[in-house]
Amino acid sequence: MPLEAKNLSFRYERGLPLVLENIDFKIEAGEVLALFAPSGYGKTTLAKLLAGYLRPCSGEILLNGAPLPEKGVCPVQLISQHPEKAINPRWRLKKVLEESGELREDMLSAFGIEKAWLERFPRELSGGELQRFCVARALLSGAEYLICDEISTMLDVITQAQIWSVVLSEARKRNMGIIAVTHNMHLARRIAHRVFDLEKREYI
Amino acid sequence: MKKLNRRAKTLLLCLCLGLLLLLVYISGLLIPEEAYAPDFMAARLSPSLRHPFGTDTLGRDLFWRTVKGLSVSLTVGIAASCISAVAALFIGIAAAVGSKRVDGLISWIIDLVMGVPHTVLIILISFVMGRGLKGLLVGIACTHWCSLARLIRSEVMQLRAKDYVAVSRRLGKSGGWILVNHLLPHLLPQFIVGLILMFPHAILHEAAVSFLGFGLPPEQPAIGIILSESMKYLSAGLWWPAVFPGLTLVLIVFLIDKLGDNLRRVLDPYSAQE
Repeated sequence: MPLEAKNLSFRYERGLPLVLENIDFKIEAGEVLALFAPSGYGKTTLAKLLAGYLRPCSGEILLNGAPLPEKGVCPVQLISQHPEKAINPRWRLKKVLEESGELREDMLSAFGIEKAWLERFPRELSGGELQRFCVARALLSGAEYLICDEISTMLDVITQAQIWSVVLSEARKRNMGIIAVTHNMHLARRIAHRVFDLEKREYI
Repeated sequence: MKKLNRRAKTLLLCLCLGLLLLLVYISGLLIPEEAYAPDFMAARLSPSLRHPFGTDTLGRDLFWRTVKGLSVSLTVGIAASCISAVAALFIGIAAAVGSKRVDGLISWIIDLVMGVPHTVLIILISFVMGRGLKGLLVGIACTHWCSLARLIRSEVMQLRAKDYVAVSRRLGKSGGWILVNHLLPHLLPQFIVGLILMFPHAILHEAAVSFLGFGLPPEQPAIGIILSESMKYLSAGLWWPAVFPGLTLVLIVFLIDKLGDNLRRVLDPYSAQE
């Protein structure tokens, strides 16, 4: 079940310059690919395109040789950089998790999510705690590919390690592909099988 | 005694205001007609203990007439603003969710309705509908939804651009599910406050249109009617038929306005913590 981008180009509006131009890459199921580039090279835009949040101007995104499904649960899930924006402020966190599927005790404890947090509102938790919910929500949906858009940038090192180890072990268990968008070369080398440099357009 | 915080104080105030309005409404329903029946022996009496607001030229007790009139006003206000607010909710959501053409059409209608002064439009509609309570109700309901609809339209547009709505969509949730679970909880405070703030407008318009003679029939006790009658005798020195009913109307409108303002403060997440 490879996920591939073919000749992908994107601009935000007609008449504006292209943000991404003729991007080609491919990731196999069970692979961890790090997407690396300095700020402003379209990492987040590419992540949104791959998860179906945006539509490419030209080129296509193929999952297993077919375009992403329009309806139903998307098999490619994006976890964004800003957990506080990706969670409805008026929902208790239990509902946030239940939006994507059944709660799983083992996953809650693996992420260090405490029972009491489930009854709270998002403003009563910190950014790092919220991010665990976002990652758990994406994993609960049964996605085949996970796109992690700088998910650990704002976390302390211990929490980063904790979250990544859960994500990677879950990915191994389910043969899930992961695209990790990051600024951090050390992190990229530590978790990824391959690193794709968006600036030079090559694997390093 | 523990000191009450602002939220508790506001809620208490809201409760008291609500009770007062309810009292006026219920007593208006329960007053027998004899209480404000004409009594020529008691015509043109200035305010006294027996007639707190005095009597008019036909000897009708103005206090009870005013209470009865207020209760009619409250009925019109509640009915018209509820209809208006619900219409505004649906129209606002339709404009935000629908195609560009639907949005354009709705915005055009809103501009059109808002372009004509409310009072003139209510008079026209009420006149066409044959005046009376029905004409007034339809007139007020048809003119007051615009600004709330606009508010809800922009609110829905903002909400639909939020990350969590996009995430929800990629988790396979349908538009209806997102509307009920993500959007409506955010719209509810706007809706309730909009409804309550619409209420004094509706009452004032009811009184104004009745005052001008295009609303309720003259035999019905209504604030607008009382005020319009009192104008004839104002120069003859009868000041009380104008002053007391007018003051009560202002007071009620002011109270409801305060109620809406306080409720907004409690419901609005940005000031709820103060």
